Formats: sequence, C-alpha cells, structure tokens
Amino acid sequence: MTALATAPETAAPAAGSRSRARRARRATALRSASFWLAAVVVVLVLLAAVAPGLLAPQDPLEISLGESFDAPSAAHVFGTDQSGRDVFSRVVHGAGQSLAIGLGATAIGLVGAIVLGLLGGLGGRLADASVTRVIEVLYAFPGILLALILIAVYGSSALTQMVAVGVATMPGYARMVRGQVLAVKGSLYVESARALGHSPARILTRTILPNAFRPLTVLVTLGVGQAIVWAAALGFLGMGVQPPTAEWGAMLNAGRTYIQQAWWMDFFPGITIVVFTLSLTVLGRHLQRAADSGASR
Amino acid sequence: MTAETTSSAPATVGPVGPVSPEEPAQPAGPGPAAPPAALLARLRASLPGRIALRVLSALVLLWAVATIVFFLQHLVPGDPALAILGGASANPPPETVAAVRAQYGFDQPLLVQYADFLGGLVRGDLGSSYTMKEPVARIIAEQIVPTLQLTGASLAIAWAIAIGSTLLTAARPGLAARIGSGLEVVLAALPHFWLGVVLLVVFAVTLQWLPVVDDGPAGLVLPALTLGVPLGGFLAQVTRDEFDAASRQPFVLSALSRGTRPGDVRWRHVLRHAALPGIALSGWGLGSLISGAVVVEVIFSRQGIGQVLVTAVTSQDLPLVIGVTFVVALVYVIANILTDLAAVAVDPRLRTSIGGAS
Repeated sequence: MTALATAPETAAPAAGSRSRARRARRATALRSASFWLAAVVVVLVLLAAVAPGLLAPQDPLEISLGESFDAPSAAHVFGTDQSGRDVFSRVVHGAGQSLAIGLGATAIGLVGAIVLGLLGGLGGRLADASVTRVIEVLYAFPGILLALILIAVYGSSALTQMVAVGVATMPGYARMVRGQVLAVKGSLYVESARALGHSPARILTRTILPNAFRPLTVLVTLGVGQAIVWAAALGFLGMGVQPPTAEWGAMLNAGRTYIQQAWWMDFFPGITIVVFTLSLTVLGRHLQRAADSGASR
Repeated sequence: MTAETTSSAPATVGPVGPVSPEEPAQPAGPGPAAPPAALLARLRASLPGRIALRVLSALVLLWAVATIVFFLQHLVPGDPALAILGGASANPPPETVAAVRAQYGFDQPLLVQYADFLGGLVRGDLGSSYTMKEPVARIIAEQIVPTLQLTGASLAIAWAIAIGSTLLTAARPGLAARIGSGLEVVLAALPHFWLGVVLLVVFAVTLQWLPVVDDGPAGLVLPALTLGVPLGGFLAQVTRDEFDAASRQPFVLSALSRGTRPGDVRWRHVLRHAALPGIALSGWGLGSLISGAVVVEVIFSRQGIGQVLVTAVTSQDLPLVIGVTFVVALVYVIANILTDLAAVAVDPRLRTSIGGAS
C-alpha cells in the first residue's frame, strides 16, 4: 500500500519470510510510535489553545525590562524578548490565536472550494468549463501571492490575514472537490441508486456528498498545517496580528528585528510551528492509511 | 488511488492538483472544448500544434489574470488620487487632486481605463507606482534578475536533493529507505521563515562562514538553500514513490539479466521513469519558489521583486502590486509550458500519445 511497507520486499525478494515479518513488525512499531508522538504534540497544542494558563508559567504580556534578551535558561526555557517577556509563555498563549487563524482560513477555503467544486461537478458542461477556468486562473497566483494581493487591497489585519490565507488555499481544495464529485457521480453505486429510483436530491445528499467528502477530511488535517504556515509567513512579514499580541506570526515578526542578538525569539515560535505541522502531517497520513485500508476491504 | 496525496507534506495542498489521480483524464472525457473537436484533434496530433494550443490557452489565462487584478484594484475603498497624494489626512487642494486624477486617468469611465490597462500590458506598460513615482515595468526589470537567479539556484538545489536522496535510499532494503523518506518529510515541512533564520544565525552570525548580506555568489548560498531545501524534500517524496513503483517493473529485471550493473539500472532506467512526476511538478515548484522568495528576500535583505512586493503591499501601492503579480503569473505560465516540453523530452512516449502532456 505505501512505499514504506513495500520497498524492502521488492528490493530483497530472496529475504526469508521470518526477517520480512520482523521488518514488518518494526515498521508497524515505528509507525505507531510516530503516531503517538504526533498525537501528544497535537493534544498539547490544543490544550495550550484552550487553557493556556495551565501550561504557561507567566503572563505573556508581563514586561520586565531588567530581564530583556535573556538567553534560554531554567527560569525562561525559551528565553525572553526585547521587553523581558517570557517567550515560552508567549508561544503557549499564541497557540489559540494561531490555531484559530489556521482553522478559520481552512474553513473559508473549504466553503469556497465546495461551492466551486459542486458547481463544476454537478452543474453540467458549461458550469464545469467555467469552474475549471476559474480554478486555473486562481492557480496562476502561486503560493501566498493571492493572499498578498488581498492584503494590498484591504489593508493588513488579523481578519484580512485569515481571509487571504483561506482564499489562497481555495483553488487546491476546489480542484479536489470537483474531481471527487465527478468520480463519485460516474461510479456504479450512484448508477444503482438511480436504478433503484431514488430521487436526485436523495442521491445527492445521501450518496454523492458523503462519498465525495470523505477523502477531504484527511486533506483538511494536512491543510490546516499549511494554512498555519502561510498565516505565520504573512505575520512574519508584518501583515497580520500586530505586536505585542502573543501570536506565532507576530512573534516571528518581532524576532526578525533582533535576529542577530536574540535568535531564540524566532527559533522557538518557528520550531513550534514546524513540530505542530509535522505532527498534523503524520496524523493526516495515519487517517489516510486507515481510510484507504477501510475502503479496500 | 491517493498515493500522491499521501506523499504530500502540509506544503502540498496545491500540488496535489497537477498530478491528482482524482482528476478524470482531461483528454479522454468530453472536455469543455468539445465543439471544434476535429480541428482540436488535428492540432493535438502534432507537437507544434500542441505547443500553439498551449500558448493560446496561456494567453487567455493571462488575460483573465489581468482582468481580475484590474477590477480588484477598483474594489479599494477610498479615492486612489488621495492615496497617491498621501491619504485623506494630507488634505491636498482640490485642483491637485483633479490633476492627479487626470494624470492617472481616474476621471475616465471604468471600461476606458480597463481598455487602457490592457493596451498598456500588450506594450509592456504596467502603469506607474504610487509611492516610487516610477514606471512599474522599469522597477520590475531592475529587480527581477536577482529573484530569477535565486529561484533558479533553488530549483537546482531542490533537484539535487531529490535525485540524491532517491538514488541513495529509495527501493533499498533495511533502514536506508525509511531514514531517507522520513528525512524528506521533515525537509518538506520546514517553513522558509524558520529555515532561513536558522541558517542565517548558524552560518552567517555564529560561524561567520558566509556573509549576512551580500549581492555576490557567496550571498546566494544561504537564500538558495532556504528556498530549495523544502521543495527538494517535496520533489524527493514524489520521485521516491515513482521510483519504488518503477523499480518493480519487468524492464528492471530484464536490464539486470542483460548484465547491466544495478547502479546503472537505477541511474539510467529507473530514475528516468521516476523523474517524470517531479518534472511535471517543477512548473508549480517554480511558482512556489517565487512565492517563497518573498519571505527569503526579506530575511536576507536581498534585492528582488519579492522585497519590492512586500513594500508595495505594506504601502498599498496597487499598480506596483498588480505589476509584480502579473509578471509572476507570466513567469509561472511560461515555466509550466517549459516543464511540459521537458516532460516530452524525458519521456518519448508523450511525443506520440495524443494530449499526453496536458
């Protein structure tokens, strides 16, 4: 099924079945270890988002000028920033807003994509042709460019940041929704539902939509990570939430000014984003593997 | 079915599209452009015809892009003439406002402005910047070369990583394949803003092996690595999946039985198959590099259109924003045509199959 699991078998076809079994066991163990590690990270970040006070040792906005630019130590594990605020507490308190922006952007992107994708997949040839063109045109603004245009037009704020990232993720989702709807629409089970005399509305809501959207749930797990990274990139450029609010992108932006004297101000919010998005990827793949093996059974 | 999507790191909601197996094969289905089917089929049957079609659709795409950015510009709240003169708070006299309005053509009807805008695009005139009071085309011409150097170097680094990692570890027994693919996932997940800062602090500030800011070749190393490494991780995942599949093909066994050395089989036969999806994605990859260049140029204080774009967005200098995005879209569309041609060069099968390189 996955490249990981099949590669050793093909490369060493003569290997004994016992060593193969051992290897398979090791692969499973490795996979479940990474799954649990990722799950713990995601749970911790969710906890930080819901109840930051439980994890953060200090007030994220408390200024202590005598302690500015302290390197990481036992008292401040992630160091302190230019005003002596505890970076670790700020990372913990930033989880809520960063996660909200990522989730909000993904929701915006998905809603737009579902409207476009359904229109294309179900609306007949003309609608499909137009939707395909619209997606193609949106694709011509690679990466965060679409987001940058929107920010140029509407000015930078947390709301624009979220909407802009959402719109930038939309074409990718729209393409997938459309493809899924078309694939499901042409499948045998839809044909048999039609043969059974089910009404078009019932076929749409009971058969086509659930089947078309199931693969999307996995992609959303991956997509939230992407949205958080893009939002953080915009924040890093100073186009999002403004300091001193504790938000990962805004923290990165503040740290950029002092990068040569206080590397920890950018390093720790950044690695938090890396570890969190990696964990989302690992979880997303597990979900996908589970969904795939469920489907093939 | 979803093998490709499995291999995608968070950075890949976009790229899933281009190779997405869920996308029903376009040439086979009753495509949107069915009516002049006979003519289309004749054009598609020859390589020059296919290129011509491709260029034509690219032009239509660019026209649509231009239209969107033009009308977006007019969604901006407030009077653009006031914005040019420093905002409403600057309180310029009415005759100055009228003069600026006439100079930029804001007093014309929207459709006339639109026609002027399109006419300007055809002549290579992108209007003039609100803040820098200079033609946008000249600003871009001055700044695009460093950005293209950066993205070109990054693409080369990305491919070096993808090919190196695949040749060394893909389809090999034991831990090698697992370490290789795990590493690729991590590389692909590194955001530019973090990787760039880490490289800068480690190699330029602490070790001082490389300059912090420098416009020469030494100053290109860290920015190009920052930009190229994550894309390399992504391309490597795609290449590895295909490499694994290709190494199970019968032609590998037959090449081995002819006495070809295993290393040669991997390099000359399997890799050639495995590189195809990566090549098809390179056009998209270049687009993501240009988007990433915005962040990287800011980190390393490098000259380039990314840096220009950030300043323009922050100061809401719309003609400059629109000019840069339009040029980026143009580069992106050209890159996609070129990758299609490269795919044909690598895979001779595409030369005969109709519409293969869509």
